[in-house]
Amino acid sequence: MVATTSAGSAVLAERLVKSYGDLQAVAGVDLRVERGEVFALLGPNGAGKTTTLEILEGYRRADQGSVRVLGLDPSSQRSALKPRIGIVLQATGVDNYLTVAESIEMYSGYYPHPRPVDEVIELVGLAAKRNARVVTLSGGQQRRLDVAIALAGDPELLFLDEPTTGFDPSARHEAWEVVRSLSALGKTVLLTTHYMDEAQNLADRVAVMAGGRIVAEGTPSTLGGREALRATIRFRLPAGVAPPEGLGEARRSDGQVDVVPDDLVETLHRLTAWALETGVPLEGLEVQRPTLEDVYLSLVGDAEPGPEHTAPGDGSAT
Amino acid sequence: MTAVRMTMFQMRYVNKAFWRNPASAFFTFAFPLMFLVIFTALLGHGEIQVGGRVIHQSTYYVAEMAAFAVITACYNNIAIGMTFQRDSGVLKRVNGTPLPSAVYLMARVLHALLVSLLLVAITVAFGHIFYSADVPTGMTLWRFLVMLVVGSTAFCALGFAITTVIPNADAAAPIVNATILPLLFLSGVFIPIGDNAPAWITWTGNVFPVKHFADGMQAGFLGNAFAWSGVLVVAAWGVVGLAIALRFFSWEPRR
Repeated sequence: MVATTSAGSAVLAERLVKSYGDLQAVAGVDLRVERGEVFALLGPNGAGKTTTLEILEGYRRADQGSVRVLGLDPSSQRSALKPRIGIVLQATGVDNYLTVAESIEMYSGYYPHPRPVDEVIELVGLAAKRNARVVTLSGGQQRRLDVAIALAGDPELLFLDEPTTGFDPSARHEAWEVVRSLSALGKTVLLTTHYMDEAQNLADRVAVMAGGRIVAEGTPSTLGGREALRATIRFRLPAGVAPPEGLGEARRSDGQVDVVPDDLVETLHRLTAWALETGVPLEGLEVQRPTLEDVYLSLVGDAEPGPEHTAPGDGSAT
Repeated sequence: MTAVRMTMFQMRYVNKAFWRNPASAFFTFAFPLMFLVIFTALLGHGEIQVGGRVIHQSTYYVAEMAAFAVITACYNNIAIGMTFQRDSGVLKRVNGTPLPSAVYLMARVLHALLVSLLLVAITVAFGHIFYSADVPTGMTLWRFLVMLVVGSTAFCALGFAITTVIPNADAAAPIVNATILPLLFLSGVFIPIGDNAPAWITWTGNVFPVKHFADGMQAGFLGNAFAWSGVLVVAAWGVVGLAIALRFFSWEPRR
């Protein structure tokens, strides 16, 4: 990564607010995307991802906050910004009666320094469909054409709004390959997605968005303080047998015990020692770590609370 | 690239897409000729009085169908085509590129203008060969061309303007037809309007641009008196259409 600090961040947004009527779609978003980075904005539908993206692209003006994209203000300096960015909208069309090559040629013609058409076609893997009319392409192929058109002007920064929504698994993996090749070209990519694995596979950094706010930000491995999230020890006890004291916070239901220890190794040692001494079987003993999915779901708060938010239930150990 | 070169560049693709869309090419080109044949077969055997002269009714239809062809190529095609492009997200995508909006729209207008010229040429040739219609020459030709260019541009502008009240692509064709078909009838494009027509019909024809445009086309073919005031009325409608389009035209789907 040659992210020269003097050139500044590719995207820098501070305290963005945007409302539609009573609905605050974006409620104070701060965002920083460095050059050469693949950055994913992850969140459920209606989280404000598209609105945020469209403010950065210059389609919308924020009610409040400041935005710099490649050092420019997207609303007041939009014409200077347009030649330097490529946009793949969430829902977008191309003229059905043009061929793949013609469509890319046409859009290339709008830019001062376009990338050669055949190079673009190769990059998105549409060489076999070069002279096919747009109307004959599959959904996945049309999406790749969208990316090709966004690349036509050889932009420094690409915005991809849900590039793989509605794709079957193989089309998604093909699309991921395209995004990886973009980052190999040194492009900065800002994408939105509501797929956890997509963010995990593609992004250098991820911001999770929910209810118009960024609720967590980090690399896929550290997101939401995942490292700090504690593991759970889970096992079953025969009826009438209480777990040993000193395990820390424990939860019991139907003979199953969940313990969230401060020190996993020490607690595990204490537990197994107790089991050996007393001869109590620890059926189904396992150690669970929260998956990124758990973290995401707990962050956006639209699913069961993650282990770290569990309220102490019945059968809590002393 | 200069704006002119950009417009020419863009027009090439508009043209390609136009000819490859069988529906648009067919309706634009086949309808006026088909109507010409049908109307002259049904109603074209008599003679009518236009502007104090007695002319053969088939000649009358050559002029009226040329006007009809231009209105279809400009008003209908622009209104329906732009609504589809707006709804499918083409316009929003273009709006995210450095291509100036004016260039994109101008390419559409110029293309519609060229298609109009071609349509009129075909109608005139057809009328000349089959119905012995006059072909405009000299000063008549120039006045005719002025009306043709002013009319085409004005109907393009009105086409852009009407998109601002079309909610989605499904509604495009019905709304366009509902706005233009009654006017075509009330302006004598399909059926000649005699002197004893109800006043409200005459009045409607005089207020809206269709009759003035058709009269201008007629003057070219039939050598009638050419009314510059008609050009002004058509141009005024074009300016109103342009103003509405500039103020309310949307590059994004209206949902």
